[in-house]
Amino acid sequence: MTQYMMSVYDGEGVQDLPEDQIAQVYADVDVFNQELRDAGKWVFGGGLHPAETATVVDMSGEEITITDGPYAETKEHIGGFWIIEAADLDEALDWAGKATRACQGAVEVRPFQDEPET
Amino acid sequence: MPGVELAAIDEVFRGDSGKAIATLIRLFGDIDLAEEAVQDAFVVATEKWPDEGLPPNPAGWIVTTARNRAIDRLRRESGREDRHVRAIELQIQSEPDPVGGPVIDDRLRLIFTCCHPALDPSARVALTLRLLGGLQTGEIARAFLTSESAMAQRLVRAKRKIRAANIPYRVPNDADLPERLDSVLTVVYLIYNEGYAASSGDELVRSDLCGEAIRLARLLRALMPDEPEVIGLLALLLLTESRRTARTDDDGSLVMLSDQDRGLWDRDLIGEGQTLVRAGLRRNRPGPFQVQAAIAAVHSDAHDAGETDWGQIVQLYDTLLTLAPTPVVALNRAVAVAELEGPSQALTLLDDLELDRYHLYHATRAELLRRMGDMEAADLAYERAISMAGNDVERRFLEQRRVIAPTQDG
Repeated sequence: MTQYMMSVYDGEGVQDLPEDQIAQVYADVDVFNQELRDAGKWVFGGGLHPAETATVVDMSGEEITITDGPYAETKEHIGGFWIIEAADLDEALDWAGKATRACQGAVEVRPFQDEPET
Repeated sequence: MPGVELAAIDEVFRGDSGKAIATLIRLFGDIDLAEEAVQDAFVVATEKWPDEGLPPNPAGWIVTTARNRAIDRLRRESGREDRHVRAIELQIQSEPDPVGGPVIDDRLRLIFTCCHPALDPSARVALTLRLLGGLQTGEIARAFLTSESAMAQRLVRAKRKIRAANIPYRVPNDADLPERLDSVLTVVYLIYNEGYAASSGDELVRSDLCGEAIRLARLLRALMPDEPEVIGLLALLLLTESRRTARTDDDGSLVMLSDQDRGLWDRDLIGEGQTLVRAGLRRNRPGPFQVQAAIAAVHSDAHDAGETDWGQIVQLYDTLLTLAPTPVVALNRAVAVAELEGPSQALTLLDDLELDRYHLYHATRAELLRRMGDMEAADLAYERAISMAGNDVERRFLEQRRVIAPTQDG
């Protein structure tokens, strides 16, 4: 089993959709979430507030600095994500296929590093 | 029996290292370990075989030796008899002896891993050549006109992704198979094309690539005998390969299909290719490779260019366009239309295509214009084609075409 993060990016995405379509996306994502839970693949997931609500805390200099706004200087930021448990990448990609249909945005699939054996 | 030449060991390596690596990957789940262990086994072979002669089953010997080496390596690394090593040993004991055992399925699994759509397309080609074809990284780099370090980097990155993302090592389930098989067939086709495309690259390495692609296509055919597109790909490669000697002249210039000495075509390859085309069509599940093979088969039926059944070829291109509606297919169809209905009809078809950046589009236009006697327009089109041509052989060919006299037939 490998854990994968499936991230959805906000660009000029969902927020620009008409309200009834946004409602549809929320409904579809709820169904998808339930399917993940029923299959026992759900680890965690959720949607994020827009990137403008982010704060960056950084200690790469002498002391900690706190900055308003997201870290990456880009228009597209993570808008939400799931963490799932899957047997292999093929299974994860199948789930990602369902995820992209539900949320109507591209989904990035990325494996977690293995936890050290105990 | 006296000892063996190193060349014979090389041959075993090229033929069997893919099998051995595939088996080792299944047993150990680690591509690097499998590669190193198989490499180790061949080093032992080059020490032993020259004196002792070939073992009765060289491939089985390589697998057994590589597997023992891999276990040694694991033990050294873990520094103890850990559970992981013991589990693998138990699994090996329950396996049939590789001598004569069916190891072929491991290669099928491996090629689906190498050609996984989550990998970069150029990495798929390189990995397939490295792991299944037994090519050295340097050889692959030379074939693709890139540096060895860049190629090594590409391979390392792909292998790291396979491990980290847990790309599975198995034949995809039925639902995913058509799409995934497509990716595999495309890789084999690209390997062939890279070898076939005339280029300034090392000629020997290039014909090697063609041979390797055909070997892989044969392997797929043996492993998935009922897949019509696998049959189609193998047929296409064999029929194309049958013309290899005829398609360049003594000084290495390209010879057009219509001008080729058909006596040089390899009749055995044609016979095998045509049989496969028919076997594929009987399954009644047409696909792009089968139709392209059928087109090649129609060409190979004609003993000289004038005998070519252009009507059938245009029909086949119609089918191909519905299966693969790309501008390049439409361009090739137009070439066939020119033979059937004349160059001006074909030229009208070209006007609709968005291929302005493709040198063969301009070369085709030039050829059609020349046949219509419009030398001024033809010359301009040749100029564009020449400026875009990908390699010297093609450039020289176009320059020659540019200066020959008009043959007005339209």
